[in-house]
Amino acid sequence: MVELYILLIFMIVGAIIAIEVKDLLSSVVAVGAVGLGLSIVFLILKAPDVAITQLVVEILALIILIRATLKKDLPFSTSGRWMLNTFITVCFIGVFLFIANKCLKDLPEFGYPIMRVAGNYLKNGLSQTGATNFVSSVILDYRAFDTLGEATVLFTAVIGVLAIVRRVGRKKDSEKLEEEE
Amino acid sequence: MGIYLLCLLLFCLGIYCVLRKRNIIKIIIGIIIAEYAVNLFFVLVAYRMNGRAPILSPDTTITNMVDPLPHALVLTAIVISLASTALLVAIAMRIYEKYGTFDITKIKELKG
Amino acid sequence: MSREHKKGMSLIVKTITRLTVGLILLYGIYIILHGHVSPGGGFAGGVIIALSFVHLMLAYGKETALRKVSRSAASFFESVGATLFLLIALLGFTGGYFFLNFLGKGEPFKLFSAGIIPLCNIAISLKVGAGLFAIFVALVVLNLDSEK
Repeated sequence: MVELYILLIFMIVGAIIAIEVKDLLSSVVAVGAVGLGLSIVFLILKAPDVAITQLVVEILALIILIRATLKKDLPFSTSGRWMLNTFITVCFIGVFLFIANKCLKDLPEFGYPIMRVAGNYLKNGLSQTGATNFVSSVILDYRAFDTLGEATVLFTAVIGVLAIVRRVGRKKDSEKLEEEE
Repeated sequence: MGIYLLCLLLFCLGIYCVLRKRNIIKIIIGIIIAEYAVNLFFVLVAYRMNGRAPILSPDTTITNMVDPLPHALVLTAIVISLASTALLVAIAMRIYEKYGTFDITKIKELKG
Repeated sequence: MSREHKKGMSLIVKTITRLTVGLILLYGIYIILHGHVSPGGGFAGGVIIALSFVHLMLAYGKETALRKVSRSAASFFESVGATLFLLIALLGFTGGYFFLNFLGKGEPFKLFSAGIIPLCNIAISLKVGAGLFAIFVALVVLNLDSEK
């Protein structure tokens, strides 16, 4: 499990670089490094389906983010209540980590999950669904309602993007008058 | 237990970026990092020591498979996160077109 | 060089793209069709198919890619995917309940097995691929005139 720790530390360093660097394009590229590291972590954790999906989704997200940041300079402002804002944020994160550390004792130990429901899936999955990939059988047979909801969310997101980006639309009467003049 | 804490540290970095930065693209990057951390947490909970991937093979019988249920949940969440990222980027590009900046403190007239 | 060749990236990128884009599309279709036997499935395969068209658009410019799949075609395919998925779910009522696996299970480890799962994979891949390609086209093409 040493490689897992190394990859996680690599991801944290990449995230710090992505947050703190000034240039937006470098920041986006650092996020890409974090995502590819996450894909390798999924592969080590024996989740090949999630690793494939994470890899391809990361590439597409990187292309979209680079599209948004090209040719756009950014004035950085650190004015305002710098000390107070940072202090409040760090306090929040400290409290969060403290409470999380207390709550983590109730979780099952790393590497020994409980698997009450999943044991049933693994035992009866082949005879009930006929699929040899259990993730596929869970997605599309046992928990297909989840996938239906996901399809709805994706549809809504596509409609939202198309509605935000489109040019034509109804204009107010005052704007029409200005155009006519 | 330490690996859960590292994962939560990654989540906190994303939260810090969302709360503290003023650039819209940086805020989107913080949301993406927080999503990564949550997905990683689900898959970490599912891992079984010396386990195998949850896929049957024709010639050998495998007994110690990892938990396939969080994998299925994370698989849908990743695609949803891509769509929501695209939506955020579309809104950010519209804001840049209207106000000429990505800085959220310079954006006035948010109402109406 | 004709005027068509001046759009998009350089000649090296175009040649490599011409060689690889078909392979990427085939790999996506393979991932979708074997989703119930090996790692993969509708989500990953749909994103790979969308990436192949994105690849074409980045290398050759928007006209060539939009000639293959126009925006209305992308919207049409997305609606077809959503409707097909819902239709498969509704057909389960012929046997009893929503999302019933009403087809035969077949023999394990074969391509034609597992009932409705490959059909659902195809529907989801159509939906995801066409939807993400529509998002990309909307983000790239429609905002170009405002930046000039």
